[in-house]
Amino acid sequence: MGSPELANLYQQVILDHSKRKKGFGLAEGGAAESHQLNPTCGDEITLRLHLAADDTIERISWEGAGCSISMASASLLSELVPGLTRSEARERIALFRELMRSKGEGVEDDEPLGDAAALEGVSRYVARVKCAMLGWVAFEDTLSLSS
Amino acid sequence: MTIHDSSETPPAGTPTTGAPRADILGDEEALRLRGDFPALHQSVNGHPLVYLDSGATSQKPSVVLDAERRYLETTNAAVHRGAHSLAAAATELYEDARVTVADFVGARDDEIVWTSNATEGLNLIAYAFSNASAGRGGEAAERFRLGAGDEIVITEAEHHSNLVPWQELAFRTGATLRFVPVDDEGVITAEAAAAVIGERTRLVAFTHVSNVTGAISPVADLVRMAHAVGALVVLDACQSAPHLPLDLDALDVDFAVFSGHKMLAPTGIGALYGRRELLNTMPPFLTGGSMITTVTMEKSEYLPAPQRFEAGTQRVSQVIALAEAVRYLRAVGMDGIAAHERSLGERLLAGLADIRGVRVLGPLDADRRTGLAAIDVEGVHAHDVGQYLDDRGIAARVGHHCAQPLHRRLGVTASTRASTYLYNTTADVDAFLEGVAGVRSFFGEA
Repeated sequence: MGSPELANLYQQVILDHSKRKKGFGLAEGGAAESHQLNPTCGDEITLRLHLAADDTIERISWEGAGCSISMASASLLSELVPGLTRSEARERIALFRELMRSKGEGVEDDEPLGDAAALEGVSRYVARVKCAMLGWVAFEDTLSLSS
Repeated sequence: MTIHDSSETPPAGTPTTGAPRADILGDEEALRLRGDFPALHQSVNGHPLVYLDSGATSQKPSVVLDAERRYLETTNAAVHRGAHSLAAAATELYEDARVTVADFVGARDDEIVWTSNATEGLNLIAYAFSNASAGRGGEAAERFRLGAGDEIVITEAEHHSNLVPWQELAFRTGATLRFVPVDDEGVITAEAAAAVIGERTRLVAFTHVSNVTGAISPVADLVRMAHAVGALVVLDACQSAPHLPLDLDALDVDFAVFSGHKMLAPTGIGALYGRRELLNTMPPFLTGGSMITTVTMEKSEYLPAPQRFEAGTQRVSQVIALAEAVRYLRAVGMDGIAAHERSLGERLLAGLADIRGVRVLGPLDADRRTGLAAIDVEGVHAHDVGQYLDDRGIAARVGHHCAQPLHRRLGVTASTRASTYLYNTTADVDAFLEGVAGVRSFFGEA
């Protein structure tokens, strides 16, 4: 069995999302699509942004292959974003990025990230931050591409 | 893991121990050698470090670190220029190192060119061909000229460093790049090579030992086929020079490359081997100071090899350190090292075969490979496997190991690799096996 640090990295919610991925499978249509690849490990994600009539985010759909962190992170993102405005979405991305760069320190208020805050443990492992960011970078890219 | 206190007994690998020995290193000897490697004496995540990533880069013994420091403290000077005493002493050490390293790989000293690493050596060859193809080198460089209709042959098992430079060379010259497909075990076979190497083939580049599967290539067969059609052979010896007795002259290859940092030396130093008559007719790659005879404002004449390929101020301290590393390896004995790693490899293969949901990439027969194993763990990504192992102080490599095409061919995007060296023991292998055995249950797969 692993150390407490390892258990904190791989919390049950993360392992669950890595196996039962929310938003998985590209849906028809979409306002924009982004493909992101982590060349060091070959993890990749293709993500589509689906907008509602009022330009808020209806949902994202995605597919890809990679480690449990990258898959769980994209899955958690899929749960988080429906109903957000573009600016709220960008705020969430900025907050998540800050959390990932916190080197285990966390952020003052991670509540806006919902369950995705469980990925805080990743920030202790610099080599894994890119894994967690993969889906978020794709999402950020679709926001730019569609505006 | 017991850590040997090197103050009690002299380290076995010191250069003074005399002639190379052929006996197999055992665990006891490996542990004794470990005393020479400061980096191996530390805890990682609360566990004694189990270093199984020597295929990526090896650790360095104190004698090598000391040699580099001693040179910098006592002799440091620019080589092949200057008449002062330090310059002369530095030049002598620099050239003596070339003799030492050449001898280690079965070459003559003027057949060894210092490079930053194996990647630079391969690029040097590729750009020499490219420059010849652009008309440089006169008539003597005819055999390096490539154009439409010519073929460069590589294999599907190559590290990106022995693949991308040839893709680029083909783009620049109009030659066609072809590859020898590997079999279902990821192995390069003579049969597959025979179907690709033909009368249009001008260059055949392949790895001696795969950095993913550890499979040993049928070098003699490929060399024979290449030479039969007048093609030149480039051997990637990165995974063989550190681990097996190597005789490049006997292998009859035309060029070979290896990296110092994988064989107990620092980073920043590698070597290119080339047959003398080839090196002396090949146009240079990097040009500038120290590689010329006469320079006018219009044109320049070049020195013979190896100097013609060593432009600019050289990495002298790393060269000295590499020679020290080679002396260390010789004192321990390459036959003994190879046999030791083979037995560790056998234990790895046997142990992994007993773990459910684990697939070993490459041939399952220890006779056909060196002491490393890359695995795919069902349902768990290599990065997660590596993270779990790291938590237990085990350093293994995860990812595609710079060999995407081979991974793709074997049906995986990434793998987890344990690679052994002279300082590893059966206890290290067992720690890895125990770690791997716990992976799937931790990630909820079993």
